[in-house]
Amino acid sequence: MAVMRVNPTRMELTRLKKRLQVARRGHKLLKDKRDELMKKFLELVRRNKELREKVEESMMKVHSSFLIARAVMSSEVLDEALMFPKQNVSISVSTKNIMSVDVPVMNFETSSDNEDDIYPYGYATTSSELDTAISTLSRVLPDLLELSQMEKSAQLLAQEIERTRRRVNALEYVLIPQLEETIRYITMKLDENERGNLTRLMKVKDMMLEQARQAAANR
Amino acid sequence: MYKIGVIGDKDSILGFKAVGFDVYPITGPKEAETVLHQLAGDNYAVIYITEQIAKEIVEDIDKYKDEMFPAIVPIPGNQGSLGIGMQGVKKSVERAIGADILFNDDEV
Repeated sequence: MAVMRVNPTRMELTRLKKRLQVARRGHKLLKDKRDELMKKFLELVRRNKELREKVEESMMKVHSSFLIARAVMSSEVLDEALMFPKQNVSISVSTKNIMSVDVPVMNFETSSDNEDDIYPYGYATTSSELDTAISTLSRVLPDLLELSQMEKSAQLLAQEIERTRRRVNALEYVLIPQLEETIRYITMKLDENERGNLTRLMKVKDMMLEQARQAAANR
Repeated sequence: MYKIGVIGDKDSILGFKAVGFDVYPITGPKEAETVLHQLAGDNYAVIYITEQIAKEIVEDIDKYKDEMFPAIVPIPGNQGSLGIGMQGVKKSVERAIGADILFNDDEV
């Protein structure tokens, strides 16, 4: 690991030590965040998978009924039957915070007066398969909406996990080793200076003693 | 108030009209792209799109992946499920964890 380009001074050493401390703390926090996110994500994605299986199955039922309806009715009649829907769906969206990720929470409202009376047509000209298709569809509706909410949450969480993981790795494998290395380098440099200084002093002392002795001998 | 849109071929999605979704029948991927971007810019929180169409315009759909809105959800069309929706779930698992740990047991 490369040593940073710093001056090997005591001040720099304290500064780096402080940075290392911060980095270690950040690393620990981010790691915890990642683990927790992962836990939440796995829960979510498991439910997501089940729900999707369920929805897809129901959708196939809807399609098969609808296909028959379409076959037995002329397309003009079908178009006419569905021209003006009785029910209107709108969603209000709030957000929920899962580990600092904002995920949408969707509440949908249907604007029909009667839950059972969703057919926007009279029964005279339409086939019963159309009724089946539409009633099945309106029953999957809540699941369908929950699925969309869940899938979006999963995508957003996945993105956040990816980002957090990158940060954790950057700290763990780049920044922290680099700081440690640099701190070691500075400490060794300072120690070396210290030793150099000490030997120089000893040498000077020896020289002075030598001089003093010679002066005494000459006298 | 947000709205819900459905994009796909007419036969697959006409039924959604009865339950109150806004239905946008399209015939080809080019048209689908235009409609998708238009809806995304408009007030749509959820856009359902049939898999047959979704597989043609994956790139356009992926653009909205990291944003909160709209949530674009592939649903099976009347020609059967292509497994694209499941693949989407799988993809986010792979993205988050780095390996697929949920779908080992089936062939998706």
